[in-house]
Order: sequence, then structure tokens, then C-alpha cells
Amino acid sequence: MILPLRLEEVSFTAGGRAIIAPTSLEIHAGTSTIILGANGAGKSVLMRLMHGLLAPSAGRVVWQGREPHRRQAMVFQRPVMLRRSALANVAYALEVAGVPRAEREGQAMAALKEVGLVSCADRPARILSGGEQQRLALARAWALHPEVLFLDEPTASLDPGATREIESVIRAFDAAGTKIIMSTHNLGQARRLGDEVLFIHQGRIAERSPVERFFSKPASPEAEAFLKGELPWA
Amino acid sequence: MRPPHPYAQPFILGEVRAALRMPGAGMDAIFDSLRNAGLLIVSGDPTLLEIVALSLAVSLSAVVLATLLGLPLGAAIGVLRFPGRRALIVILNALMGLPPVVVGLVVYLVLSRAGPLGELGLLFTPPAMVIAQTVLILPIIAALSRQAVEDAWREYEEQLTSLGARGVQAARTVLWDIRFSLLTAVLAGLGRASAEVGAVMIVGGNIDGVTRVMTTAIALETSKGDLPLALGLGIVLIAIVLALNAAAFLVKEAAQRRYG
Repeated sequence: MILPLRLEEVSFTAGGRAIIAPTSLEIHAGTSTIILGANGAGKSVLMRLMHGLLAPSAGRVVWQGREPHRRQAMVFQRPVMLRRSALANVAYALEVAGVPRAEREGQAMAALKEVGLVSCADRPARILSGGEQQRLALARAWALHPEVLFLDEPTASLDPGATREIESVIRAFDAAGTKIIMSTHNLGQARRLGDEVLFIHQGRIAERSPVERFFSKPASPEAEAFLKGELPWA
Repeated sequence: MRPPHPYAQPFILGEVRAALRMPGAGMDAIFDSLRNAGLLIVSGDPTLLEIVALSLAVSLSAVVLATLLGLPLGAAIGVLRFPGRRALIVILNALMGLPPVVVGLVVYLVLSRAGPLGELGLLFTPPAMVIAQTVLILPIIAALSRQAVEDAWREYEEQLTSLGARGVQAARTVLWDIRFSLLTAVLAGLGRASAEVGAVMIVGGNIDGVTRVMTTAIALETSKGDLPLALGLGIVLIAIVLALNAAAFLVKEAAQRRYG
């Protein structure tokens, strides 16, 4: 187990501007964590700090266990696919993860099956539709059996149909015991998929509440204003 | 003989005639030369073939060398962050426009008897021409691949880092994924190498049967007045450059369709 994840006074500064103010928090297994906040509040940066794509300017990000980075995956808002087939994209992730060559194709195929993309296995990944590419990104993550899955606004540029498909795959991850940490602008999605909400306002965690309470009785004035739509951006 | 055009200056017309060494020079003479050039090409004239073969050998060797050196250099500059990087990029971009004669002059100085590499005795040999063209096109290949690698890395970095690909493995992945863009960079170098005359003229010396390539032969034959051979070489040269660019275009287009 690489959880719980602990942030100790983690802050991030870029170009003299504080993007994330010193933040301490602990993230546990078992619940799905939704990160909410206006554009520019620091959601993406916070997840990148947790996942290790960004190094904190100060403070520490502490995972448990050995090789924690191999036990987590991230799905980005815009999936980046290599110029090869859908199947080969998943197989590549397995190759990087050190899976023996002989086992890669079978595991990759199983992952494609999980997201309903078996029929697209041989098609070039980059000419798949946006929704298919995002499902492929989820298949790539699925193949790695991560303990923690980060999702950065995974459905932000997708239509409602594709969004539903993505959400059902995310539920499958959850059902398989993967810890979900996801940012989104879709409040309905946050309610559907989340157990708890981390609400960020101007680089600070303004509130952390169970989903139901966050939407019915937000504890912070910032979250209340956000939910009323008074804070479309920071 | 037709009367000169009233606006034509007699002096210039006289020069053209002298250059063509034909009475009544005009379109007829050009068509004549073109026809003879065509005959030279079609008949597989040995002189012409020899010159074309040496040209290709020199320029292709230069491209291989410049690619081996320039591609990793460009890739490294595209991905790594170090002090002076931006200045290096500006210099590299500027060097893309290096005048071939200046490159020829510098390589000449280095390879001449008194120069640092004079003992090798390479001056006026094909290897000297390969060296000069390598120096000429290395910045082109390095600068263009730097741009391609940097753009690709900006797109791939987070995803590859997230997957756990680092260092050599990440570099291999990115380079392979943009191989068709890199091919364009290499072909740009080849086009430049096969078309330049200044560098190979100076370090090769345009010696008949030894260092005479298409461009130097064209320059020489034109000044001698052997227009058919000059034109014939010119046609072959243009055809080669055209074919290379068409090939690059088609490969890239096919790749775009195939891989997205």
C-alpha cells in the first residue's frame, strides 16, 4: 500500500507567484476524492505535486511503501497518444512498467476490453475520437493496475455520451479498489463519482467535506459562493 | 539573323552571343541546348553519369555524418535546460544560412598544408568535400530536429513521466514517434548539400574525374560555353531535388494518414 499520502507544508511557486500556499493534508484509501475549485485555483498543480510531475517549492510529498510512483497513474484532460495503434499504446505503458514482452499484448487487450475499445485495437490511436482516446488513456492506466488514479478534468472536452462512458470506467476503477483522485468542473459528476470534496480557493484548501454535505451545506463562504456560481474564476 | 529588338542594348546582346558562342543566339539556341542535354541524359553519357554519381556519393555521405552528429545534438538542445541554451538556439538558427563559400574557405584553411589537419592530405579530394558539406548542413539538421523534438517533448513530457519513462527510454520513444518530421529535417540537409556549389568548389577544386560534381561542373561548363552538358546536369540536379522533396512529402502524408 502506498496510501495514505501525506502532504507536509507543500507549497508551489512559479515566477514569484504562489500557486499553492503551504498545504498539509492526508489522503486515505477507500474514498473517492474530488478536487473542486475555480479555474486557476490550483487543482491541476496540486494533483501534479501529488503525482510527482512537479516538485514542490517547499515541503514534502510522502507516499508509503516502495516505488510508490509505479503504483499510480494519471489521466490528463487531453490524452497524449503515441503514433501507433491503440493496442500498442497500452502495450507501451506495460513495457515501461517492466512487464515481460510475452505478456504485454494479452494484458493490453484485457485493458481495452475493460473500456470497450477492443474493436479499435489495431486502429492508430491518434485518429480515434476524443472520447475514444480518453477511454484509451483509461485503458492504459487500467493495464497498470494502479493503487491510485489521478484524473485531471478527464471529461472537460467531451460530449455527454462520451462523458457517461468515461464515468462508467472510473466507477469500474473504484469498484476494483483503485483510489480515485479527480478534479472536475462538472458538479453533477463530482456528486456521482465522489465521496469527499477538496475545495481549493486561490491555492488553499478552503474546505474538505463529504460530498453530500459539501453540496447541501458548504462550510466555507468561498465554497458557498462557488456553488452559487459567483466564482466562475479565481 | 533577326534584327535586334529596338530596346535591346547591343552590348548586352553581344555578350549573350559570346557566351553562347553561337551566331543568332536566342530561344533557338536554348532549345538546341535543351535537346542536346536531353540526348546526353537519355544516352547515359559516361561523363555525366560519373559526375552525378560523385555528387550523390558526396552529398549522401555528408547527410549521414551530419545526421549522426546533428540529430542527437538537436534533440539534446530541444530537451535539456542549461545556461546559454537560448543563445545556442539563436546561433544554430543563424548558422542554417551559412554561406557555402565561407564554409569552403574555413575547411580549406583547416585542410590546407599549413592548416591543423593539413597532414591528412585531404584537400582536393572527395572526403574534403564531404567534410565541407557536413559542416554546412549540420546546423540545418540540428536546428530543425531541435524544433521538432522540443515541440514533441512539450506534448509528451508529462505523459511519459507519468508512465515512468525516463532518460534514454523517453528519448527513444519521442524520436521514434516523430521520425517523419526528423526525416524532413534530414532531407532539408540533403537538398542544401546537393545544391550548393561554393564549398565543394573551394575544397574540391573541381578536378575532372576526381572532385567534379554537378554544381561545379555546371559552373565550369557554363563559363566554357558547353551549354548542353551544363543544362543536362542542371536538369538532373533539379530532378533529384524534386524527387527528394516529393518523396519526403509523400512519406509524411502517408504517415499522417497511417498514424495520425
